[in-house]
Amino acid sequence: MVIKTEPFVVNIGPAHPSTHGVFRMRTTLDGEVVVDMEPVFGYLHRGVEKLAEERTYTGVIPLTDRLDYLASMSNNLAYCLAVEKLGGIPVPERAEYLRVIMAELQRIASHLIAVGAFLNDCGAFMTPILYMLREREKILDLFEMASGQRLTYNYMRVGGVSQDVPEEFVPALGKFVKVMPRWIDEYDQLLKENEILLARAKGVGILPKELAINISASGPVLRASGVKWDIRKADPYSVYERFEFDIPTGSVGDCYDRYRVRIEEMRQSVCILKQALEQLPQGEVRSDVPHLIRPPVGEAYGHIEAPRGELGFYLVSDNSIAPYRFHVRAPSLINLTALREMMVGWKVADAIIIFGSIDINMAEVDR
Amino acid sequence: MKFERYGIGIAKGLSVTIRHLLRRPVTTQYPERRLVTSRRIRGNELVWSREKCTGCGSCAKACHIGAIEITTSINPVANKYEVETYQVDTGYCIQCGLCVEVCPFEALYMGYAYERAQYRRNDLVQNKETMMETPDREVSGYFYPERAAKLSRQTLLLDRDKVKK
Amino acid sequence: MATLVLPPDWPGGFWAHWGVFVVIIFVFLMAMVVGFIWFERRAMAIMQARLGPNRTGPFGLLQPVADALKVLLKEDIIPAKGDKLVHWLAPVVAFIPLLMLFAVVPFQGGAILADLNIGILYIVAVSSVTTVGIFMAGWASNNKYSLLGAMRQVASVVSYEIPVVLSIIGVVLLTGSLSMQQIVMAQDIPFILLQPLGFLLFFIGALAEINRAPFDLMEADSEIVAGFHTEYSGMKFALFYLVEYGEALAISAIVTTLFLSGWRGPVLPPWLWFLVKVVIVFFVIVWVRTTVPRVRIDQLMALAWKFLFPLALLNLLITAVEILVWPTVSLWLLVLVNIAIMVILVLLWSRLFKLGWGRVEV
Repeated sequence: MVIKTEPFVVNIGPAHPSTHGVFRMRTTLDGEVVVDMEPVFGYLHRGVEKLAEERTYTGVIPLTDRLDYLASMSNNLAYCLAVEKLGGIPVPERAEYLRVIMAELQRIASHLIAVGAFLNDCGAFMTPILYMLREREKILDLFEMASGQRLTYNYMRVGGVSQDVPEEFVPALGKFVKVMPRWIDEYDQLLKENEILLARAKGVGILPKELAINISASGPVLRASGVKWDIRKADPYSVYERFEFDIPTGSVGDCYDRYRVRIEEMRQSVCILKQALEQLPQGEVRSDVPHLIRPPVGEAYGHIEAPRGELGFYLVSDNSIAPYRFHVRAPSLINLTALREMMVGWKVADAIIIFGSIDINMAEVDR
Repeated sequence: MKFERYGIGIAKGLSVTIRHLLRRPVTTQYPERRLVTSRRIRGNELVWSREKCTGCGSCAKACHIGAIEITTSINPVANKYEVETYQVDTGYCIQCGLCVEVCPFEALYMGYAYERAQYRRNDLVQNKETMMETPDREVSGYFYPERAAKLSRQTLLLDRDKVKK
Repeated sequence: MATLVLPPDWPGGFWAHWGVFVVIIFVFLMAMVVGFIWFERRAMAIMQARLGPNRTGPFGLLQPVADALKVLLKEDIIPAKGDKLVHWLAPVVAFIPLLMLFAVVPFQGGAILADLNIGILYIVAVSSVTTVGIFMAGWASNNKYSLLGAMRQVASVVSYEIPVVLSIIGVVLLTGSLSMQQIVMAQDIPFILLQPLGFLLFFIGALAEINRAPFDLMEADSEIVAGFHTEYSGMKFALFYLVEYGEALAISAIVTTLFLSGWRGPVLPPWLWFLVKVVIVFFVIVWVRTTVPRVRIDQLMALAWKFLFPLALLNLLITAVEILVWPTVSLWLLVLVNIAIMVILVLLWSRLFKLGWGRVEV
């Protein structure tokens, strides 16, 4: 007698025990294997693009903080680059170096949370994420010293940075740069060769190279699939041409490669910080730009390599004090489009790991 | 898919975890012990100086939320407006600090204290009397380095790390 | 051979002996489980660079009391369409075998409730009844995910019984008797040195049987909800919680008796040695939980059948051959030989072990 089975639909629902924001996956399961998956998002939509049209160009900066709240400095930087491109506004050199320092520190902080949350999903009961949060606290202390807040900094301005760093910042950053490689080595010792992690994450959730390029993925997801593409090298912005660093790439494109790429990127960021600290010049930090800027009529697209991928801001101006159109190219949203192909054929426990390894921030996806 | 390394990976992980038994935990027991915040902290309230303020309203224009409300009347004594009401709704305020940056007369400061929770939403609104600088309502050094120099040094978690030579 | 410290009939008469030991076992179980809950939370917290509970009572010692109070004061929810009798009976069926297990654990020489001469066989038989209770819990909840979790639990317990029992037989071969007291007496050298492979297999198999990390997929995470005890609250949930820690205590006690030479030791009183060894084994269990991620269900089954089971058979064969061929050789030589064999076998088997079940084509 043959038992007839049929697939049933399960909601891995918005209020999730272990993922990164409010995201709903309508999975069709056949026993334990995922047969089909439909992502449903939009639970965190706040209308940021419309709100930006009612604020001045400088007043939009606190709004961009709250787009990808785990990488606020990167958001500020991308927006300021877009406005400076629009208005042709120069930036002093010390400000450029400070921007690079803040962006790289932010990259380390964001990757710490990404890797920690991924390992938490694998089941390692909070130990790796607590260790990584301890290092992130050190970075947040540095940010608090410079800007006054720990999560939404509002530090960068059009034409530079809002204020100069205090004098205890540079020695503290020097100590951080000396101390951090040892902690990254400790994370590697804890988990890099762990057999159970290898069994769970190697070969799981493969994103092939052609598919990654076709869906315009970017960031660590793209680099883990074998494509050597980093905006800091391909279309350099700010002063990135003056630093030497490698771009870590994976080979297969599975969850384990994405995890390794993020850890190696953290090492490269520490290397960039060391060089930036040595080359930091004296001078002004903000060029003479009024608070209410009126850029000439036109449009501009400013993009950077944010921790999650290519973050771009598209601005259209009509010579008034507020942007006419403000659009965000959110990397998490574009990376999310391949989730179905990555997940089909694996089991439910793998589905959660695959979702955790792409590193999505729902505030960016929904805006 | 093979088990690489024959169990040594797990053994290395176990050694890292057991090493932590010898280290001091990094948690701080709030509220018995508090860490000193940054000198530039954008605290939960604003501090206003009546003598320096001229009632120009730049802060209200810069606030993109609309949390500051100013009413002035013409009373040309010493070339200033008379500020009748000056209200800040700290419930709306997102502590971005744009108002402090914009003030041309250095009359507005961010507060230093951050434990300003109240029981009612109406108590969160600051008016002229509750915005003066008092020993209880300290001024943060955000955007004013000479005031920042008078505050105490921030506690850093980095201070616990030892740099190996 | 140490002499018995207490006569087997202490303090005199059958019913007095039975009564005293029932009280001792009950108090021991409750006190140790409460202590273990506190110990696990503090030890895990310090290994994660934070403090554990330290506000309820000095050093947080009253934290389990707070947990118990919280759980007792909760409302007792019974699913409307579930099978009510089975739902009520399941925690009871899961808890009673746990108490029965401690009847044959020797706390001291002669301090044992019943020195059965089939001691270890009794333990293996009784500890399997807990699984029936868990399956009843999954069935009576009228919830497909609980049923799935319970069925996984049954499958994994049945698979991991076999390597566990085979490694126990290795110990029994060295002792020559099934009685727990005799096993402790025969350990002039602790059996962890004489049977290192057996210890490893028993430890891994026991971790899988009691649902603790890295094999705790039956109750934590995944499958959206919390496994077989989703629909339980109040005192019944407290019983399941007690069963989890009680099983950890039972495994620690059994490992101490079988492999670490029970209550024997030089300076301290024997019952104190027993407690110290039990706490050390529990610390190792907590240490493993803090460090290692979870395995997937098919990897769990593959590990049992393709890795542990052949190694258990080989361990049995080698022990039997050694006893037959070298009955009078010095035991320390045997220790070295066994450790070498264990290392070689583990390395060899890890090379050959393949986990199947990658991506499924749909």
